[in-house]
Amino acid sequence: MTSLDPGLPEEEDRQLIQMVSYKYEAEVKDLLLKNPDYLGKIVPIKLTASDDVDQVHKGNYPRDIPEENRRVNDYQLQIYDMLNERGDILSEFNISFFTSPDSREAELAGIASSFMGTVFSILVCLAFSFPVAVLAAIYLEEFAPKNKFTDFIEVNINNLAAVPSIVFGLLGLGVLLAVFNLPRSTPLVGGITLSLMTLPTIIIAARASLKAVPPSIREAALAIGASNMQTTMHHTVPLSMPGTLSGTIIGLAQALGETAPLILIGMVAFVNTIPGTPVDPAASLPVQIYIWSESAERGFVEKVSACIMVLLAFLILMNLAAQIVRHKFEKKWS
Amino acid sequence: MSKIKAENVNVYYGSKQALFDVSIDIAEKEVTALIGPSGCGKSTFLRCLNRMNDVIEICRVEGSIKMDNLELNSRKLDVVRLRENVGMVFQKPNPFPKTIYENVAYGPTIHGIAQSKEEMDQIVETSLKKAALWNEVKDRLDEIGTGLSGGQQQRLCIARAISVSPEVILMDEPCSALDPIATAQIEELIDDLKKEVTIVIVTHSMSQAARVSQKTGFFHLGKLIEFGPTDKIFKNPDNQQTQDYITGRFG
Repeated sequence: MTSLDPGLPEEEDRQLIQMVSYKYEAEVKDLLLKNPDYLGKIVPIKLTASDDVDQVHKGNYPRDIPEENRRVNDYQLQIYDMLNERGDILSEFNISFFTSPDSREAELAGIASSFMGTVFSILVCLAFSFPVAVLAAIYLEEFAPKNKFTDFIEVNINNLAAVPSIVFGLLGLGVLLAVFNLPRSTPLVGGITLSLMTLPTIIIAARASLKAVPPSIREAALAIGASNMQTTMHHTVPLSMPGTLSGTIIGLAQALGETAPLILIGMVAFVNTIPGTPVDPAASLPVQIYIWSESAERGFVEKVSACIMVLLAFLILMNLAAQIVRHKFEKKWS
Repeated sequence: MSKIKAENVNVYYGSKQALFDVSIDIAEKEVTALIGPSGCGKSTFLRCLNRMNDVIEICRVEGSIKMDNLELNSRKLDVVRLRENVGMVFQKPNPFPKTIYENVAYGPTIHGIAQSKEEMDQIVETSLKKAALWNEVKDRLDEIGTGLSGGQQQRLCIARAISVSPEVILMDEPCSALDPIATAQIEELIDDLKKEVTIVIVTHSMSQAARVSQKTGFFHLGKLIEFGPTDKIFKNPDNQQTQDYITGRFG
């Protein structure tokens, strides 16, 4: 880097180094470890540009404003133009965006930590809400007597589905963190909080699809001498599964985009490690969008956009899966 | 010989009474037809015989129904055992959305009747043969039962009902959703089955009752108006209402 303008004073030296990401030390070290014979030679090396140079390259920084208002000074611009003319500034697909955790530097920040946080949260959410919701739906639809009490439960489940998510976040904060002392900022707590939100959605979907199983199938099973339990487990529940599953996926897709409750249980923390288990601190994709959108650097605008695209792609895939499950496996009743 | 003896059966749906003091003797290995206009309680009575009314929460059955001296209308009765002995065929064919084989094998499976795969194959084959369906489906037992034609579906339901060798089969308008050819096949089947089982059939078709049954009961407004040999009911009924219904003057 310094060879671009040898013999220059220390101040300019510092300005040159600012043009690349501070990761350059590690990048040089990696290259040397891979090729020990490069030591003492002059070789070309790819370095990650700093986010400011990146923005200059993309034309997002106007050059005609006074130097003291610019993040890139005249000297750096001059060097940039020289490098650009020589064809030494390359744009490459940013793989590290998907493999790196969050960072304070826009050019280094990635979604690996928040993506894994989201995956773990959704898995925890599924593990908690699906069994409880399906069993609750089966009980209410197939076994519970119809009386004032079960009517009351039904009304409450429907109301629960309409409760603002931030209230569930406060519940998670107050109960899971304060009372049960679960580790804060983790997908475990996030997942359990989200499962409270998903629960009513799945119960309602599962009840609707249980109700859609024609009574004649239940009668057929009962008339051949199946008990209530056998009728439910052998016939009604398997037949209702496609509807239940697609309802579950839609419920999870809702949970996927949920931000407010996660902020309250502390999943808004700056996490620069990739979580390996649900009890490691993590962010989640929507919270990552929230965190980045608060950052001042211009580079984070692009990070936010990319993160939104990943989240939307995830959502589209899940809703598609729900549709496919429904259409492929649902039985048609003539 | 009497198989089922019902005495003073009253049925209520909530506060509405659907059956009034019905007493009837159903003879063994005969076909008993129950006729009457819609809503007269004949299906309600049929469903008392295998306790299918239990499914309806607001339904209450009073009186005594004895099958081989076993009180059916008792809380202590094992309903699962009863329904193994008293099969039922419904108005609309309702095979499970599973394979033909699974449809027939389901009853024997849950009651643990077959000890081995071979025995199960044998039960399925025998049941389908008795239901006069074997020749049509023997090459496609792994196809979905709901893919059969209406008449075939109904015979599949009959095969399913006889797979657990019941002593009684209840049929609730089994031919009302079928065309005349399929109806004729089912009627022939009923004729064959009565050598081994007692059959109670609810029907809207007077000619069907006349063709298949030995005894006929006429229901009207929840009451059993007249019960006797089919010949007598159709040719020389005692009751004026029966006479009017048979001759098509009302109903």
